[in-house]
Amino acid sequence: MLRFVIRRLLLLIPILIGVSILVFFWIRALPGGPAAALLGERATPQAVAAIEHQYGLDKPIYVQYERYARQLATLKFGNSATSRQPVTTEFRQRFPATIELALAAGLFAVVFGIPLGFIAAKRYRSPVDHASLVLSLIGISTPIFFLALLLKYVFSVRLGWLPTVGRMSVLIDIPHPTNFYLLDSIIALNWTAFVDVSKHLILPAIALGSIPLAIIARITRASVLDVQNEDYVRTAQAKGLGPHAVDFHHVLRNAMLPISTIIGLQVGLLLSGAVLTETVFAFPGIGSWLVDAIKARNYPVIQGGVLFVAIIVVFVNLLVDLSYGFLNPRIRLSK
Amino acid sequence: MRGKLLKLALPCVAFFALIAAGCGGSNNTSSSTGGTGTSAGGGGGTLVFGSAADPVALDGILVSDGESSRVIEQIFETLVDLKPGTTDVEPGLAESWEASADGTAWTFHLRQGVKFSDGTDFNADAVCFNFNRWYNFKGSFQNPSATYYWQTIFGGFATYDPKSGAPKDSLYKSCDATDANTAVITLTSPSSSFLAGLTLTPFSIASPKALTDFKADEGSVDADGIFHPTGTYATEHPTGTGPFMFKSWTRGDKLVLVRNPNYWGAASDNPTEFNGTGAKIDQLIFRPIADNAARLQALQTGEINGYDLVEPQDIPTIQSNTDLQILDRPAFNVGYVGFNISMPPLDNPKVRQAIAYGLDRQGVIDSFYGGRGEVAKEFMPPSLFGYADDVPEYTYDPAKSKQLLQDAGMTLPVKIDFWYPTDVSRPYMPDPKRNFEAFAASLDKAGFKVVPHSAPWSPDYLGKSDEGQLQVYLLGWTGDFGDPDDFIGVFFRSPQKQWGTTTSHEMDGVQKLLEQARTETDQAKRTQMYQEANRQIMTILPGVPYAHNKPALAFQANVSGYVPSPVDLQSFATVSVG
Repeated sequence: MLRFVIRRLLLLIPILIGVSILVFFWIRALPGGPAAALLGERATPQAVAAIEHQYGLDKPIYVQYERYARQLATLKFGNSATSRQPVTTEFRQRFPATIELALAAGLFAVVFGIPLGFIAAKRYRSPVDHASLVLSLIGISTPIFFLALLLKYVFSVRLGWLPTVGRMSVLIDIPHPTNFYLLDSIIALNWTAFVDVSKHLILPAIALGSIPLAIIARITRASVLDVQNEDYVRTAQAKGLGPHAVDFHHVLRNAMLPISTIIGLQVGLLLSGAVLTETVFAFPGIGSWLVDAIKARNYPVIQGGVLFVAIIVVFVNLLVDLSYGFLNPRIRLSK
Repeated sequence: MRGKLLKLALPCVAFFALIAAGCGGSNNTSSSTGGTGTSAGGGGGTLVFGSAADPVALDGILVSDGESSRVIEQIFETLVDLKPGTTDVEPGLAESWEASADGTAWTFHLRQGVKFSDGTDFNADAVCFNFNRWYNFKGSFQNPSATYYWQTIFGGFATYDPKSGAPKDSLYKSCDATDANTAVITLTSPSSSFLAGLTLTPFSIASPKALTDFKADEGSVDADGIFHPTGTYATEHPTGTGPFMFKSWTRGDKLVLVRNPNYWGAASDNPTEFNGTGAKIDQLIFRPIADNAARLQALQTGEINGYDLVEPQDIPTIQSNTDLQILDRPAFNVGYVGFNISMPPLDNPKVRQAIAYGLDRQGVIDSFYGGRGEVAKEFMPPSLFGYADDVPEYTYDPAKSKQLLQDAGMTLPVKIDFWYPTDVSRPYMPDPKRNFEAFAASLDKAGFKVVPHSAPWSPDYLGKSDEGQLQVYLLGWTGDFGDPDDFIGVFFRSPQKQWGTTTSHEMDGVQKLLEQARTETDQAKRTQMYQEANRQIMTILPGVPYAHNKPALAFQANVSGYVPSPVDLQSFATVSVG
């Protein structure tokens, strides 16, 4: 087990080298640079040249990459070209927002997706099954930003039930020791803040979790249908176990393996979908951070941000892989 | 089973606890709970404004973006100010001023009894401290992206660094505090446009004590060449004399200002009188919302009380909602069809006139400006002094165009290369492609054959225009400060490749006139000179201006007292909610 973990962590190094090379050359292939982004019509050739000289962008690309690689090797990620704050500081400030949103979206997708898929499998070919198929297709096909705008229009603008932007009402002040606002409100023992933060999470979580929900529902349905026909399920029924006991201890538990694989794969989807969701909901996470950085050609933020996201994805996939051993003793014992 | 659950759960919890511990505590928030709702009656309460982005920093001289200026304008004040809603200069921290006979020494008589919000005195020493701080900037502070407005108004610095991009010469010579309430700023040559420039937020007067204590000038330049401030002045302790004070700033979330209880001015009921109006609201919060649709929806739900940069297509939605209102910002921009007058056939004045008569400008304004544009007669907006009503005008007349081309001995149709930018929307040109298509269609009827060209706005289009590679092109400008030099001076005071004036001499007379107007200290004479310049420009026609566009702001209906400024410098002190 330990060797497995270490081997996976070592794989991080070639992954990150590859990502760093890709992102470095890709953003420089984009038209425009920080000078034009900063000054617009006021970007005279002299001003552009001065800015490019200051940022070392007038040097040959291999010189720029060598400087960048050397900084990376010493774990220096530089400063944001727009806010002038260290990239690591900005990442630390914004990362909890995305994690909170991704967890909420993942929770929504799992809590509603698995039962939906399970019920569809149990009522195979019934109207309920067909309805769940249609819902899933709608969920997968609807672009996140469109769904987000629709949700905001219905539940915020028309009904006034939920807020449209941000993580918390600007009129509430609590300390932020962790920057996970739900946790911070619990630490501050502020129930109003907790409710307010939860309300701000609902619509973005639904928008972001809609596609994973649909996928999880379909996979659960297929997996449950498969497992239902296994011999050990028939044996359990023959032994006289009630239907609920059969469903939960035998069917669902064994169906979970492919489902958990899919849940793990959704992490990448959640992080990339967060970009659109955060922009529409003005959610100050790393998704909107990266979008703003790309618009401004803020090279240090794009380079650092993409690397950090890659690290997170690798770590979470590792955790998911480790969870297989927990779920299926055969996998654990075979190592 | 439970043991195994625990074995998996423990590392997960530990992982998240580590992350939580590392991620927190980096923002400043006060620990008071509850909300201050907006109160009725125009006194007190909170106003939440939806900005398009976070400010960069709250040190005026080091920023040039609109969102930084919007906040800085509330905390700080300048020596001279603008009459709300106009570009007329009026007293600010200086009650009066006069120029020496040769126009180089400007004596400012300062308001007395004013204090910075940290309790220190505002006086002539503080004024000179600020000016000398700016003049003595070195290193990366001299880069145009760092001190754009100092370089626009004053030029260079005390020490010249050829690599920095800053000009060699400086308009600024010195500042002397002849007594506690008198500061004399001496220039190296006469200039009258510098007075309007002093209304800009980069020239806000900050507390010398705060600048020093919180190390405003300290920082390091990283390997990428980006300056990282190590002091906390610009992010946690911006200290001025204004009607609001800084309270807290959580990037991406909110920036909170509170009323300055010791502001030198008394509360005034006249919203157009900004001579010391104390803030009417208790708290002013800026919430950054980058997405335009999100800003509109936040206004509709009441999460913000107002926002700027309203998209033209959203204006009817807002106007049809009785709970909301649209405010107009006076137009302070100009969209134009530019010419490179050194490129044939544009070197022929008759051809240029023919183009002017061949452009259906009214049609473009009516169709693509959402009812908020007006046809531009000259290269600066009507609200600016020096605007001339009697410039030659060119209403759409295709027959006249053809006649002019024939008089010029040209064979019709005359081929011209017409450029427009892609991937961009500008305040004076919301939809460049549509403007181009309409203009091309009208020119094709007027004896021309338009060859279309396009390029992405940045850097290609802007770079090409700067290098003078575009023959006929769509471009424009938004003014920074209330001086004609910031419009026609920027375009025509010095030879530029964009207009072809580095080789053509047709505009030499205008250049001389604009140089003289810049240094003329008599306001009446200056106005006449700029009016004459506008007449000459519209006769020679280095281009054809076609649009002034009024940007819009949106507020909830119960917000009053906000007076939009043409140059986006307005105070929230006069604003009340409810």
